[in-house]
Amino acid sequence: MHIFKNANYDFLRWRWHAIAASWVIILVGVVTIATKGIPKGVEFAGGTVVIEQFDQPVSVQQVRQALDRNYPGGGQNTVVQSYGDASARQMMIRVPQVGVELGGALSNEAQQVEDALRKANLGNFKRQGAEIVGATVGRELTSRGIWAVVLSLVGILLYLAFRFQFSFGVGAVVATIHDLLITLAFLAFFRYDMSLNVIAAILTMTGFSTNDTIVIFDRIRENLRGMRRDSMNQIINVSVNQTLGRTVITSGTALLTALALFFFGGEVLHGFAFTMVVGIITGTYSSVFIAAAIVSFWRGTGPTRAAAHAPAAAPATAPQQPTRRSKPQRKARAS
Amino acid sequence: MSNLRWKVITIVTVFVIFFAVGVYPLVAQRYGIHSPSWLMDKALKLGLDLKGGVHLVLRVQTEDALRLVTDQEMERLREALKSKSVPFTRIEATDAVHFKVEGIAPAQDAAFRQIASEVQTNFDRSAGTNGTYTFTMRPNIQVNLRDEAVVQARQTIERRVNELGVTEPSIAQQGTGGDEILVQLPGVTDVERAKEIIRSTGLLELKIVERVAPTKEELLVNGQVPDGMDIVPGVGSAGDASTMFYLVKKAAVVSGQDLRNARPSVDENNRPAVSFTLSSDGGRRFGKASGENIGRQLAIILDGRVQSAPVLESRITTEGRISGSFTPEEVQNLSLILRSGALPATMSYLEERTIGPTLGADSIRSGVIASLVGLLLVVSFMLVYYRLSGVNAVVALIFNLIILLGLMAYIGAVMTLPGIAGFVLTMGIGVDSNVLIFERIKEELEAQRGVRASINAGFARVFWTLVDTHVAALISCAFLFQFGTGPIRGFAVTLFIGLLSNLFTSIFVSKTLYEVALANRHQVATLSI
Repeated sequence: MHIFKNANYDFLRWRWHAIAASWVIILVGVVTIATKGIPKGVEFAGGTVVIEQFDQPVSVQQVRQALDRNYPGGGQNTVVQSYGDASARQMMIRVPQVGVELGGALSNEAQQVEDALRKANLGNFKRQGAEIVGATVGRELTSRGIWAVVLSLVGILLYLAFRFQFSFGVGAVVATIHDLLITLAFLAFFRYDMSLNVIAAILTMTGFSTNDTIVIFDRIRENLRGMRRDSMNQIINVSVNQTLGRTVITSGTALLTALALFFFGGEVLHGFAFTMVVGIITGTYSSVFIAAAIVSFWRGTGPTRAAAHAPAAAPATAPQQPTRRSKPQRKARAS
Repeated sequence: MSNLRWKVITIVTVFVIFFAVGVYPLVAQRYGIHSPSWLMDKALKLGLDLKGGVHLVLRVQTEDALRLVTDQEMERLREALKSKSVPFTRIEATDAVHFKVEGIAPAQDAAFRQIASEVQTNFDRSAGTNGTYTFTMRPNIQVNLRDEAVVQARQTIERRVNELGVTEPSIAQQGTGGDEILVQLPGVTDVERAKEIIRSTGLLELKIVERVAPTKEELLVNGQVPDGMDIVPGVGSAGDASTMFYLVKKAAVVSGQDLRNARPSVDENNRPAVSFTLSSDGGRRFGKASGENIGRQLAIILDGRVQSAPVLESRITTEGRISGSFTPEEVQNLSLILRSGALPATMSYLEERTIGPTLGADSIRSGVIASLVGLLLVVSFMLVYYRLSGVNAVVALIFNLIILLGLMAYIGAVMTLPGIAGFVLTMGIGVDSNVLIFERIKEELEAQRGVRASINAGFARVFWTLVDTHVAALISCAFLFQFGTGPIRGFAVTLFIGLLSNLFTSIFVSKTLYEVALANRHQVATLSI
């Protein structure tokens, strides 16, 4: 069975459209982030989250009113959501403040929230979970997260420069940065809280995107040896087409698992799964349109260096040429 | 042929070992099958987010430990100057690592310097005008003291947590400053009690009382606290809610370090109290001091507050009792805290997370369901698209997950929610490797090579692609582990192991499966792929 029988799409022809589309999304993302910010989870922003299980069904509206009336300072900046399945009667309440970090008063706000709920006569409830994070913790997490990303990108750049060529390393890293920006933009559009789980998903997705890119690069490297007379762009197009089946199948199956996580993974994995879904799609797209395009820009559109520098070797490989030339995608490219 | 036999034997051995370590204990646990403990001890453990419990991050106020040493050294210098009759007008600590001496007469300068050099080995001395000297704690001493304070705090917390009877607690230092302590208590539901016990400084001091007054001002001499004395607030003698102030000698007769045991008891009025036993050395000092001060009050000070101040009626040596207005539960907690020793510094909470057991169970259920649904979708696709070769891929995939479970159990890794996500990603990468290989074999078959040659070429050509993709992912994993905290680390560990086991299954196991399938067929014309 084949998904693509003799694929011969001219991917590089679309690179300018692709780059323009990416820039639009990234710029809209940057504007969104600049004006509305990325919503931060308690791990980063600090604050208090309590999850309460009620004996009787209560609505988000009732809980919010209870806080407006009875919580010190009213319900401003509080977030009330139903948590998990509606039948579980669980409510998640988030308030931005925490108690004094020094001393033992960290959980004062959580107590005040519960006092406010008790005053509103919403029936009995029980605390299922709480997350109280002081403001200083988030700063360290952010700097650690950024370091992890920057250093792993440098690591990948060096490894690819060593295993392939420098331009390939640059292509992969630029593609990964592109994926990061697109994913952040989508997180900002859909207002997902930046949490540790989302960071894990972003890092997973960068790994996935690099994986995809390397598979295509690997084929380019292989074809560079066999197709010395062809231009870099031809080689890139042929390589992308040859690996297209694999790219679509892998991304498709990964997308299936990410969607399974999104729909069945429960409340806690929601942000993680959403990031994965966006990341897999943009990662696949960037491997084809961004990473390969960068190598093409970098290396120019003329004959490959191997051809220019090894004229003596060319006749030796000539007998192989006819069989390779018979491949349909090569014909299509020439026409 | 024998080559193939050895490959199969290797694979079966690996399978049996990892199945025994990773999967069997989980099954046995679930269905209550009795098994030897050496096998069950290694069973994969659930993380806090799945099991429920308390997660706390505390910061040790290391300044406190520095201040304590500065005060002690300052007192030693004061005593030395007094005993050698070198006059001074003032000696006081300016902050946690500095103190200064004022008013040394020029004639006494040489004598002062000599005494100071003998007493102060941990401080640098700098001379100012008018016989003023500033002492600064040496930087290396500061670093050592801070480190010690954190380590000691961690050990004290460990002792307290053990006394609480929590199973499998985890207590670790973390943070860039190294001054944070992470405490994880699986299965604990009474958060407030746990927090109170962990955080209490538990500093017990017994000091001789000079005078008692209802206000602080009445105890001052010329508007100042007398030299070598301290004013400590505490309960009134009537036992009511009023606060009294106690002028006590700064040097403690005995402190918490001299304690050997503490236990709940009752006082003569049958009120809850804590009885304690001192070490023999502490008992000797206590005996001497109590003998000399019969008829005077002895302040029992806990965390800077006088709990009670009984009158010394006779010489006391090793046995004593702290009474006050305690509830029975407070007495339990106080004995526990005193037994586990004092914290060298106060601590503050940075983070608190509680996960109720039902919330954890919900997370497991949805995590597992999502993973199974994902697995099912992927398996069905592979079987439909690659037919018999799809079976090969599915076997490799299941093999991969079993090795992953086994290795995680073996190294004692903990299964967390992000860990489940790591499982899912490992599945994705495993499938990708097989897809790469199969697509390559298809290409080779189309180029009219024989089935065996195509399989060999497929695996050989994809080998370096797999190495490159896996190494790049391992690099990311390493940084994730290095810079990540808690759950992210769990994810990195799972993924790291998954990548390694996947290299083994996709390259070695899958290829061997093909060889086994083709072993008895001499003329192979078609491949189900």
